[in-house]
Amino acid sequence: MDLFEYQARDLFAKHGVPVLAGEVIDTPEAAREATEKLGGKSVVKAQVKVGGRGKAGGVKLAGDADEAVARATDILGMDIKGHTVHKVMIAELSPEIEAEYYVSYLLDRTNRTFLAMASVQGGMDIEEVAEKTPEALAKVPVDSNSGVDIAKAREIVAQAKFPADVAEGVAEALVTLWETFVAEDALLVEVNPLVKTKDGRILALDGKVSLDENADFRQPDHEALEDKDAANPLEAAAKAKNLNYVKLDGEVGIIGNGAGLVMSTLDVVAYAGENHGNVKPANFLDIGGGASAEVMANGLEIILGDPDVKSVFVNVFGGITACDEVANGIVQALALLESKGEKVEKPLVVRLDGNNAELGRKILSDANHPLVQRVDTMDGAADKAAELAAAAK
Amino acid sequence: MAIFLTKDSKVIVQGMTGATGMKHTKLMLGDGTNIVGGVNPRKAGTSVDFDGTEVPVFGSVKEAMEKTGANVSVLFVPPAFSKAAVVEAIDAEIPLAVVITEGIAVHDSAAFWAYANEKGNKTRIIGPNCPGLITPGQSNAGIIPGDITKPGRIGLVSKSGTLTYQMMYELRDIGFSSAVGIGGDPVIGTTHIDALAAFEADPETDLIVMIGEIGGDAEERAADFIKANVTKPVVGYVAGFTAPEGKTMGHAGAIVSGSSGTAQAKKEALEAAGVKVGKTPTETAKLAREILGA
Repeated sequence: MDLFEYQARDLFAKHGVPVLAGEVIDTPEAAREATEKLGGKSVVKAQVKVGGRGKAGGVKLAGDADEAVARATDILGMDIKGHTVHKVMIAELSPEIEAEYYVSYLLDRTNRTFLAMASVQGGMDIEEVAEKTPEALAKVPVDSNSGVDIAKAREIVAQAKFPADVAEGVAEALVTLWETFVAEDALLVEVNPLVKTKDGRILALDGKVSLDENADFRQPDHEALEDKDAANPLEAAAKAKNLNYVKLDGEVGIIGNGAGLVMSTLDVVAYAGENHGNVKPANFLDIGGGASAEVMANGLEIILGDPDVKSVFVNVFGGITACDEVANGIVQALALLESKGEKVEKPLVVRLDGNNAELGRKILSDANHPLVQRVDTMDGAADKAAELAAAAK
Repeated sequence: MAIFLTKDSKVIVQGMTGATGMKHTKLMLGDGTNIVGGVNPRKAGTSVDFDGTEVPVFGSVKEAMEKTGANVSVLFVPPAFSKAAVVEAIDAEIPLAVVITEGIAVHDSAAFWAYANEKGNKTRIIGPNCPGLITPGQSNAGIIPGDITKPGRIGLVSKSGTLTYQMMYELRDIGFSSAVGIGGDPVIGTTHIDALAAFEADPETDLIVMIGEIGGDAEERAADFIKANVTKPVVGYVAGFTAPEGKTMGHAGAIVSGSSGTAQAKKEALEAAGVKVGKTPTETAKLAREILGA
């Protein structure tokens, strides 16, 4: 889960990373009090989870409280690269800046370790730095168990060739940033820019944090950081039912078991769509192993409720789960939805293979539901589902 | 022969007495796996009856190894306790630990992987978030259905569980030497490369099927490895061509970030290494058949 800048700022502050004061607001008028609290001047910063907001006009200085209200009025509701601004941060004005740096910790998947990245060329897109002047970006592996103490932080600072007068201050910031990374179960913590001010302070002026949702069991505070407004309503509904669902922009609804098989199903449907009006998958939905009738019903309900969906492809390989259970699940799910008054009027193509496939297919044939068609190969079923979606488009 | 797991493997189950552990221990026993014990410190000294097979419960991995000669552990431990359980397996120096558990925090998997390195990698870790591995007709360490296929001469390595089953099913008449599910998490113990190297060295494997998916660069590195080190034919499949950037597709590791981790890049890297890559699982199976003349 990616956080907003203000949420990252709050986490940095909690773990001792030096930051400026700031308060998030969602109405222009609130900018007045927030700016007055900061002594009458502020920076109004759009809160969007996308880079380049400064260039887009999403960051403005305000010389007094009235101006802050005016700038907040401009920025709230603004569109930045497809993201609507719903919140702004009213931040303390930075003391004059002498230099801008970059520091981050992240997972290095290739080497299966954590990585510290640091550069004295901060303030710009770090991918650009990595591409144009790779020698200016130090990458230092960090052992998960020994972490970053002050000695390790000094090593990172030395490798990135920070000037002597800021070396110790940056090293101290790196230690607190590591504490943030570990204590919050983050996948990424990034400060860009980390600045040196004219009065000699080291400050984190902007930051990005991404949290590991697998750690939610020991991070009870993280739930409150979720941006519930921004979630697609279908994704939010699926999440509330503990379904692993991602909304896509096509017409063929997909339900399958197992992440890999569902990803593969999306691809196979997209290939089939090339011959049928270019229809594409409408979603990713993995109902997992051992899916009960209830899980199947929940999944079908979400997918049938998507107005973009014109046909549904249920693709199940019975591994440990037996296909007869899955078939019963589909039949019961349709009955359950119909009894709840849901309109089930989109065609379903079902492919069952593996454990007890024959039995499962027989159950579907016997139920003889007018909307359900059986196709017994994955490629053939994808083709049928694409054809039906194209016909209904 | 086979890779990593044979009929002589003596298997213990960490987390055997939980619901998932019980269910799959029973299934593994049914597939002929030599399960010699379970581990649960609170139930040490007791035993569990699986349809007439008494499986003793030990207080620790170390004790189980001392008393039974166990050399494989399969872990069905909930995510919150998985790190401690894997560390225990590493400390006991059990040669193979198969971590089935899904949903382990990355800071935990990175920590136990770093710990395994520190201890000299005496324990091969497979997973986490994987279906385990099977050597058909000999032994099953994990949750792969034992009845999909028979012993044969294809080796399979895959990030995905259900795609493993699908591919074993497609090629069920030919059979498999071993099939290894390495898992879909960002940090995993055994990689495609480890399995490819083992299949290359296994005289009873004639062809290798490698299944990858979006995220990371494991497939690209496997392609480099194949080019330099693998003489046996390799057939590949990559899932996730239609996955949008920045969205996690089920597996924690299955995410395209910017231009990195795309299915297209992986397919191209594999093809450049001489691997035949199928567009669908069925087409991939067909490519394998053509090569084997089966």
